[in-house]
Amino acid sequence: MTAPVLADALGPRGRRQVRIASAVSLVAIAAVLVLAYRRLDANGQFDAKLWRPFTQWQVQKFLLVGLRNTLQVAAVAMTLSLLIGGVMALARLARTRLIRMLATIWVELFRSLPLYLLIFYCAFGLPRSGIDISIFQALVLGLTLYNSAILGEVFRAGILSLDRGQAEAAYSVGMSYWQAMLGVVVPQAFRRMIPAIISQLVTLLKDTSLGIVITYEELLRKTEITGVFFQNPLQAFVVAAAVYIIVNYTLSRLVRRLEVRQRKRFGAGAIQVTGVEELAVVGAQVEAIMPTPTPTTATSAPAAG
Amino acid sequence: MDVVLDNLDLYLLGIRDTVVLTVVSFALAFLVGVVVAGFRVSPVPPLRAAGAFYVNTFRNTPLALLFFLFYFGFPKMGIGFSAFTWAIIVLTVYTGTFVAETVRAGINSVARGQGEAARALGLSFPQTLGVVVLPQAIRTVVQPLGSIFVALIRNSALATIISVANLSKTADQISTDTVQFVPVYLGVAVAYLLLTLPSGLAVGFLERKFAIKR
Repeated sequence: MTAPVLADALGPRGRRQVRIASAVSLVAIAAVLVLAYRRLDANGQFDAKLWRPFTQWQVQKFLLVGLRNTLQVAAVAMTLSLLIGGVMALARLARTRLIRMLATIWVELFRSLPLYLLIFYCAFGLPRSGIDISIFQALVLGLTLYNSAILGEVFRAGILSLDRGQAEAAYSVGMSYWQAMLGVVVPQAFRRMIPAIISQLVTLLKDTSLGIVITYEELLRKTEITGVFFQNPLQAFVVAAAVYIIVNYTLSRLVRRLEVRQRKRFGAGAIQVTGVEELAVVGAQVEAIMPTPTPTTATSAPAAG
Repeated sequence: MDVVLDNLDLYLLGIRDTVVLTVVSFALAFLVGVVVAGFRVSPVPPLRAAGAFYVNTFRNTPLALLFFLFYFGFPKMGIGFSAFTWAIIVLTVYTGTFVAETVRAGINSVARGQGEAARALGLSFPQTLGVVVLPQAIRTVVQPLGSIFVALIRNSALATIISVANLSKTADQISTDTVQFVPVYLGVAVAYLLLTLPSGLAVGFLERKFAIKR
């Protein structure tokens, strides 16, 4: 990244100031790093015996199984969320009032509740109501309830972002509502939604770590166990964080690139859904690069028609 | 439903705790976010790099992991705070990344001429940013910032992991005490809806109030 808009082509004085500021900030950053290093060193946190476990295949395998479980939960929950989210979007745009209402309640309810609460309830509340559910199923169910609501809104925004003429043209050649929707509108809308979907996948991947509160053995839970066993929680969580960061950073970059490309190709606004951090960021970023007169937004506020 | 009415005072306390966690963390995250966004658009390379490092690190780490790392890991290097303070720190650090990215996007959306005009008048970079660009930038990103706030209400539930009082902890407690899962959790769900839905409406209102008509 080159220097941003605010500071292009500095004069000699500006360049000198930047050099001074660079030197000062480098010293400040170095000071923070040295302080952190000395803190860690003084408390023996660089001790080789705290880090060595992560070089052993046994431990690595233990954590990799956790990563596999994480990916498994994410894959199942993502697939189910996409399916249910799609149904919810269509239901919210349906012509029958009752169907619209039911879908709206589903979406508004599940995206307004903390995921932590949903997962906890699925794992410990449902069995008390006589519903037999494993912790894997509980985690998948919790994640699916929440993400289907969010993806439902993403899909709805995607469908609404499409030019009306597309559906009208389909009707005019004699297609029925569902033919027009499924044959013409949805396939086009889906392509526009791909960046938002991947962005939500990043969130979902992070959220699988909530499995720890119901003792499902995903990566974070396995990491915690490792940390307790070797008495190196700091090192264990740092290692796990590195894994999450690598996976999610790669996906985040991909989202950004796709979103910008989509914008160039279709001229459509970024698909934002209120109440979600990742989508808020993506939406704001794209809006900044290429503002649209009518951003595509699905809000809970009645303002969105 | 009796169990909810009987424990109404606990629910109200839970709502208060969740509101405190959310509002304090958001205020701090807003400050952090604005400063980091400033770093990321500044002409000083080390500050840009530091800002990018902060954002990419903490935005891509699960919030639950941050709670564990800070609460159980950091005391190992001799840093000790109360659980409540750690909860505020973790929520601030995590939310700050989203605020930073959003505000940065807002800065990039401000017309080039604004910054150029400010420089032509002889304003320094901090002046240009603080007096001319940021006020306009933040007005354009009211809605995404509101989204982040509403998400923070929900995310604050994770403070339960480190036993910090909030609505979800209340649910935990009452359901353990009374062994009545369904009504207790329904009550908490309603309490969360009472917080998130009006916040969503308030965001819509603020957006209409502050939006820059172009």
